[in-house]
Amino acid sequence: MKGPHAFAQKHLLGVEHLSVEELTTILDLGERFLEIAERPIKKVPTLRGKTVINLFLEPSTRTRTSFEIAAKRLSADGINFTASASATTKGETLIDTAMNLDAMSPDIVVIRHAQAGSAELLTKHIRAAVVNAGDGQHEHPTQALLDASTIRAHKGKIEGLTVTICGDIDHSRVARSDIFALRKLGAKVRVAGPRSLLPLGVESLGVEAFDRIEPALEGADVVIMLRIQLERKAGGRFPNTREYARYFGLNPRRLNLAKPDAIVMHPGPMNRGVEIDPSVADGPRSVILDQVARGVAVRMAVLYLLGGGSEAVE
Amino acid sequence: MMPRPVPPERNLVERSEILDAVAMTRVLRRMAFEIIERDGHDAYFVGIHTGGALLAERMVKLLVDGGEKRPDLGAIDITLYRDDVFHGLPKPEIGPTDLKESIEGRVVVLIDDVLFTGRTVRAAMDVLADYGRPRVTQLAVLVDRGRRELPIQPDYVGVRLQTTAEQSVRVMFSELGEVDRVVLRERSAP
Repeated sequence: MKGPHAFAQKHLLGVEHLSVEELTTILDLGERFLEIAERPIKKVPTLRGKTVINLFLEPSTRTRTSFEIAAKRLSADGINFTASASATTKGETLIDTAMNLDAMSPDIVVIRHAQAGSAELLTKHIRAAVVNAGDGQHEHPTQALLDASTIRAHKGKIEGLTVTICGDIDHSRVARSDIFALRKLGAKVRVAGPRSLLPLGVESLGVEAFDRIEPALEGADVVIMLRIQLERKAGGRFPNTREYARYFGLNPRRLNLAKPDAIVMHPGPMNRGVEIDPSVADGPRSVILDQVARGVAVRMAVLYLLGGGSEAVE
Repeated sequence: MMPRPVPPERNLVERSEILDAVAMTRVLRRMAFEIIERDGHDAYFVGIHTGGALLAERMVKLLVDGGEKRPDLGAIDITLYRDDVFHGLPKPEIGPTDLKESIEGRVVVLIDDVLFTGRTVRAAMDVLADYGRPRVTQLAVLVDRGRRELPIQPDYVGVRLQTTAEQSVRVMFSELGEVDRVVLRERSAP
């Protein structure tokens, strides 16, 4: 028994295997959940009695807080595990952690882990629904969903738009998930960055690759700037951040190459003055804070769909 | 709580017509005037998505067409407040909640198409509580088909009907591409 916008997944591990209908279902639901943030009482009782565990084994403030707020606004009970406070620092394997969590019967586990495939591994050892909140360089599906939600809200559609993703494509799970989501929804996607940060054969994902930012920006409707991930050793791939800023930073002059109504996005945290000039980040075309607001809403949609999934789908 | 089994749509056949388009409008007009007669023009018409919201819109229009002052109109969606949200309701669709004017201290009249178990109305009252504290909350329904599962009673009723658990009352709307009608349906003989 499924509605016109069915969502048949038990877990959300990535965007790659989602259908257009499933993506649209989450985005449509997200629009509804956005309204809850404007209410005097920012809470609905939908997931009352459900337990959501946030297992964040890699540093994250924004995504973890966003998931936590999403769970609380749906009245779920949220518990946070962070890397420093968890037994993994004492040498416990992820599988052991998973089996221990499973014994506590959570309904949803949200996992952020430095290893690609960790979210999928978790699903094999746990009964709860698993949400991937970023696994290594693999995927970060809720970021792609909130990006798609932001673009759709500001542009009215996604189909036919030209979206330029610029920066450290090679280390970026956000870029991968964004590419999958935006291509499925009918956008033309360009990626730009220094050769050393563009993965070999990136064109096979259906994107156009540029080793200079200027041609990639020409006529773009949406510009997504990615953070230079110095902690993922991106630093060794180019001489220094000042040179990176000079050749690949988004400044007002370069932004003028994009369409006059182009919007600027960034998944955060920003390195101001490196990949993005402060005057652009704080400028009228920046929708970066709207992305954050929509992040909570699409995560509510995901928790809503997965939280009821086991009973509703079977 | 054990969910009540939802009778599958396809096995239902029409048994009788309760209201036709003309009667539906007449009943709605009477209810709308009853409401402002008893509650005054400050009554806040709040429809429950989808059917109730359409009826609330029509009632407001009937009042305006009848020369009355336009009352405040709102709509709420109760999906996220249902106690059976994960029991046999897999359609992940949520309608808009739209309360432009604050409900604080107002006389709110909840409007729905069919009153049955009372669970929708209970959920609707929970929604209202999250938006403020009305001075009075009332309930107006086009059809009361009985068989309540909660202690909830309507203040304004279009048509009262005795039904069995196997029957279903369906309100059709021209806004949704059908002919305005209210029909009683029953499961076809096997």
